[in-house]
Amino acid sequence: MKDLINKLSKAYELSDVVYQRPNFTYATANKENVISLITQLRDLEGFSHFVLLSCVDWIEDNIFQLSYILNNPTQKYDLAIRCMIDRKEATMTSAHHLWEQIATYQRELKEMYGIEFPDSPRLNEDFILEGWDDIPPMRREFDTKKFSEETFFPRERPQSNDPATYMKNKMHPDEWDNTPSSKG
Amino acid sequence: MSLFNIDTDRSKYPQPGEDGKLVVDLDSHKYVKLWQGPNHPGVTGNMALELTLAGDEIVQAKTHVGYLHRGFEKLIERRLFIQGMQTSIRMCVAEPDTNEYVYCQCVEELSGIEIPEMAKWIRTLVLEMSRLQSFLRVVPGQGGTTGLGIGVQWGMYMRELILDRFEELTGGRIYHMYFTPGGVRGLLPDGFKKRMEESLIEIDDFVKRIDDVMYSNAVFKKRTVDVAVLDPRWVDKYGIVGPVARSAGFKRDVRKDYPYLIYNQLDFEAIIMNHSDIYNRSRVRWYELQQSVDLIRQIMAKMPDKGDFKAPTPNVLHWEIPKGEAYVRAESSRGEYGLYMVTDGSDKPRRVNLRGPSYTQAVCLLEDMLVGANIADVHSIMVSLQTCPPEIER
Repeated sequence: MKDLINKLSKAYELSDVVYQRPNFTYATANKENVISLITQLRDLEGFSHFVLLSCVDWIEDNIFQLSYILNNPTQKYDLAIRCMIDRKEATMTSAHHLWEQIATYQRELKEMYGIEFPDSPRLNEDFILEGWDDIPPMRREFDTKKFSEETFFPRERPQSNDPATYMKNKMHPDEWDNTPSSKG
Repeated sequence: MSLFNIDTDRSKYPQPGEDGKLVVDLDSHKYVKLWQGPNHPGVTGNMALELTLAGDEIVQAKTHVGYLHRGFEKLIERRLFIQGMQTSIRMCVAEPDTNEYVYCQCVEELSGIEIPEMAKWIRTLVLEMSRLQSFLRVVPGQGGTTGLGIGVQWGMYMRELILDRFEELTGGRIYHMYFTPGGVRGLLPDGFKKRMEESLIEIDDFVKRIDDVMYSNAVFKKRTVDVAVLDPRWVDKYGIVGPVARSAGFKRDVRKDYPYLIYNQLDFEAIIMNHSDIYNRSRVRWYELQQSVDLIRQIMAKMPDKGDFKAPTPNVLHWEIPKGEAYVRAESSRGEYGLYMVTDGSDKPRRVNLRGPSYTQAVCLLEDMLVGANIADVHSIMVSLQTCPPEIER
C-alpha cells in the first residue's frame, strides 16, 4: 500500500500520512486536489466503496477538516483523505457525482456546519433540523448549554397538587371538611 | 386471466424532464400526496415518507428524518471519554452492543490499549448475541409486514430468551454497558453456558417453524418474490452494506474481511445470494440468524473459563488521549457499523461520527427504490432494508 501512497503523494502532494493500521492509512490533500484524487481512487485504484464523509471543527486554527473515508473491497484496504478548508469561507466542491450517497452527507454538513457544496442536490432542504434559525449547531462556538437555558428554561410549570387531596376536593367538595381523615 | 388487472401502461404517469427531474403537478388532480409516518405502523421507527401517488403506485418519494434527533454527537464532544459511553450506545436502540464495541475500540486504539484475550472472547459472544436478538426481531417482522403476525409473536418470545441471558450477564436487557474501555465488566456467571444452550435449542426449533410458516407461505412469496429488486450497480453507488449487499451477490462481511476480536478463530462463511428482492434479503437474514446461533455455540465451546477480562486504564476522570483519529467498524445485523473518532489531546473527544447502514439505505436508496412500488409494499421494503432512523439523526 505504501507504493500507492508514494505514487499519489507525487501527483497530489499528500502530507501528514499516518499508517494507522496495516490496512488503514490517513493522508492530507489540498482542497483543490481532493476531488480529482478520490476520482482516481475510485476509477483506477479500486476504492469503490465510499464509507464516510465527516467534518471536524478546528476552531482555534480557523479551519474545518473534511475527512473522506474510502474503502477498497478487493484489497481490503481503507484510505482516509483529509482536507482543510477555511472556516470563514466554508465552501467545498461537491462529490455527489462520484457516489450518489455523498449528497446526503453534504446536506447534513451544510445544515450542521454551514459548509457550502455548490450544485449538490437538495443541499438547502431541511434534513434533520426543521426551521432552525440559529448558527449551525455542530460548530464549536454553538453553546448547547446556553441554547438549552434560553430555549427551555425557565418555563412555566403547572402548579403541582397532591393527587389524592386534589381528587377529593374535586369530586366531593362538600364532604371534604367532614371526612374523618381531614379532622385528623 | 390475471387475478389482478394491473394496467402496465405508464405513459400517463409524469415523465422526467430533460434535466432528469420529475415535476408533479398536484393541481392536475391525477396524483395524491400522502405522508406515511412519523407515527404509522407501516414505518420502521420515527421517520416519515412523503409519497406522491398515481393510483396506488408511487411516482416520487422523499424521506424525512429529524423526529428523533437528540444531538448525541454534539453531546459527546462535551463529555469525558467514559461518559461518552452512555451516550454513544443510545444512538441505536435495536443493537446497542455494536455501539459499545466501536466506541471502546476507538478509545483503546487511540490510547494504545490492548485488551486481554478473555475480554475478546466475551465481547465476540456479546456481539453475536446482539446480532441474534436483532435477527429474531427482523426475520419474523418481515412476515408481519404481510400480515403474518404469528411469526412476530414467536420471534419476540425467542428474543426475550436472549434478553434474559443479557440480563443475567450484564444486568440490563436493552442497554447493557457491559463493554468498557480496556475490556468488559466481568466474567460469565456460573451456569450461563448451560442456560444459553437451552435458549438456543428453543431457537433452533423456531428457525424450522418460521421456515414452514413464512418462507413456504404462498401469500408471503406472492408479496415478496421479485418485489423491490435491488440493482447490483446500486451497491457501490449508494454504499449498501450487510445482508442487503450480500443478497445481491456481494461477499462483504466485516467479520471476514477485517477480522476483529476473535472472529478469525471461528469457522463461518459470508452468506450470499444472487437476486436481491424482499424475499431473498429476508432469507439471507434467516441464514445469518442460524449462523449467529452456530457462532455462539462455537464461542462457548472454545472460550477459556477464566482469565483477565480488563486491561489497566488511566483514571477515567482524568483520561487524556493524545491527538489522533480512528475509524473502527463492526458487522451489525444491518451491516457495516462504524465510528470515526478524532481526539485533540484533551479529556474529551473532538469529534465522534457514527456511520450506520441506514444513513444511506434509508435515505437515497429507499427514495429510489420506492419509485414504481405499490403503496402496500412500502412497509415490506423498509423492513427488508432494516432501516433504523436513529442512525441517521445521531
